[in-house]
Amino acid sequence: MPVLIYIDHADGHIKKSSYELLSYGAGLAELLGTSAEGIILGTFPEDLSALGKYGVRKIHQVSQGHLNESDSQVLTQVLSEAVKQTGAQVMLFTNNITGKAIAPRLSARLKAGLVSGAVALPDISDGFVVRKNVFSGKAFANVKVQTEIKIISLNPNSFQPKEVGGTAEMVELFLSPVSSNLKIVSTEKASGEIPLSEAEIVVSGGRGLKGPENWGILLDLAKELGAATACSRPVADAHWRPHHEHVGQTGLAIAPNLYIAIGISGAIQHLAGVNRSKTIVVINKDPEAPFFKAADYGIVGDAFEVVPKITEAVKKLKSAH
Amino acid sequence: MNILVCISKTPDTTAKVAFKDKNTKFASEGVQWIINPYDEWYGLVRAIELKEKDPSIIIHLITVAGADADPIIRKALALGGDEAFRINVDSQDSYYVAAQVAAFAGQGRYDLLFTGRETIDYNGSSIGGMLAELLQLPYISLATQFELSGTIATVKREIEGGEETDQVSLPCVVSCQKGVAEQRIPNMKGIMGARTKPLKVLEAVAAESMTSIVSFELPPAKAGVKLVPADQPEELVRLLHEEAKLI
Ligand SMILES: Cc1cc2nc3c(=O)[nH]c(=O)nc-3n(C[C@H](O)[C@H](O)[C@H](O)COP(=O)(O)OP(=O)(O)OC[C@H]3O[C@@H](n4cnc5c(N)ncnc54)[C@H](O)[C@@H]3O)c2cc1C
Ligand SMILES: Nc1ncnc2c1ncn2[C@@H]1O[C@H](COP(=O)(O)O)[C@@H](O)[C@H]1O
Repeated sequence: MPVLIYIDHADGHIKKSSYELLSYGAGLAELLGTSAEGIILGTFPEDLSALGKYGVRKIHQVSQGHLNESDSQVLTQVLSEAVKQTGAQVMLFTNNITGKAIAPRLSARLKAGLVSGAVALPDISDGFVVRKNVFSGKAFANVKVQTEIKIISLNPNSFQPKEVGGTAEMVELFLSPVSSNLKIVSTEKASGEIPLSEAEIVVSGGRGLKGPENWGILLDLAKELGAATACSRPVADAHWRPHHEHVGQTGLAIAPNLYIAIGISGAIQHLAGVNRSKTIVVINKDPEAPFFKAADYGIVGDAFEVVPKITEAVKKLKSAH
Repeated sequence: MNILVCISKTPDTTAKVAFKDKNTKFASEGVQWIINPYDEWYGLVRAIELKEKDPSIIIHLITVAGADADPIIRKALALGGDEAFRINVDSQDSYYVAAQVAAFAGQGRYDLLFTGRETIDYNGSSIGGMLAELLQLPYISLATQFELSGTIATVKREIEGGEETDQVSLPCVVSCQKGVAEQRIPNMKGIMGARTKPLKVLEAVAAESMTSIVSFELPPAKAGVKLVPADQPEELVRLLHEEAKLI
């Protein structure tokens, strides 16, 4: 009755959040006194047995045939069969785009209770209780799962991956072929950019930057820090920045280690998307800006003067190391 | 063509988040309820836009909730939509709600079912997928654009670091987010018209719930901001490097 971990990959890369999930799964298996096993769909350019270092002893691979991995109906059918074949008692996903597409479907199919957006290992002292984010990061709920099979989708950046050593045995899992009714017409990826949801550092700008032509100072800092870029809603609405950079209650919710907010007032709807960040730095010329109340570090000052100086200081720091 | 739009009520985005009864219940006293923004701005408005192009389209709204949801359902009707249905029961968990909507929608009654990307209170992002599975329909999640040509839907959706365009034959379930439509405000004609539009109250069907909330918790308060003088940005960088160990 293993814990089965969905290993998410794209373009020959295992997603960072999947390493977190593997460690989470290993921790959960230890709690339950069972083994942690991975499952990966499709082929992968490298040998995956090294993923054993996160504490998984076996990885099931489904590489036969063609799977339309954009079709949640196909993946659900495949994974429900995998859960049955492996006898898994818990199935784990990352609460990312893939997880949001499949975990709920699988939950309905297997009649397996789902906790989405989990942030910690379950408490099994009285049942099976998982802590999750609610109210867009403003609170947590402890959710009890009553079904025999359980599904958890873990928020990215909420569990530290831990290397414990070891290798995983690779086993091919043979499942019945599934056809798809969904046709992929095209995909567009912003090349070279760090995806916001995976970024450890995010530099974000608001209306205080006055116009798209002023984004250079922010992009320079982001580049120096190896950070992804984000923005407030009015900035995306005014088309100063692309829509996918919009964070907040109605945009993307992110939880980087470091969030640097430049010229953003810190409205409650903005905070809802970023308040899970581990450390928040606010740069705003108004000392009364609400964002300072949610910040760890702050500078009261004009972004146009302060930000280039920070970039310089980061450069200096880097050349000294 | 029949479209079903799922509508949920959530506390106003600025509402104070607090709990009562030993932290087992959301303290809803004095809270202003709104239509979940993802349901209103995106799913509902897109359905209305489709109907504006093709008046033969019928839009039904559904919510699983007690009578306190009536004002937000009326507001949704004022924006557009032909008829609303409220399944008169408090939502137990995502699966329970999805099962109610699935039982109502039945097989083949709707060509298109819209949900929001997530509710901003429970943040489940679950009901659309569960509904699709219960109805055995394709599910396109996190849509950012939705076009219809005959019975073929062309949907742009978010993928990690970009977008993908998919095509699928109706019927299907789509969860909507920013991009699908632009926010609207109801006009006087809509508000007057909504008064006479039918809002039918139905009883719940028997369904299971698979999870339950044991308790809520608020995150620990922040220690307070450490301010660095504007003329010493290198001090900020030093703190981030030596104290926070982030860069
Ligand atoms: C239902 C709902 C949902 C919403 N969802 C979101 C959401 O998801 N995300 C979101 O961001 N917003 C959202 N909003 C909007 C939100 O309420 C705020 O209006 C918005 O976040 C403000 O954006 P801003 O901070 O960039 O602009 P402003 O509020 O205009 O703030 C600009 C800030 O820049 C500062 N500034 C000006 N010049 C300088 C300078 N030279 N140097 C440094 N600082 C400077 C100012 O002091 C000010 O604090 C939502 C609103 C509603 C009603
Ligand atoms: N009680 C409800 N009644 C009708 N639809 C709902 C209800 N709760 C959620 N939904 C729909 O399901 C979407 C996703 O909700 P959730 O899975 O709770 O995040 C929402 O945006 C709504 O469109």
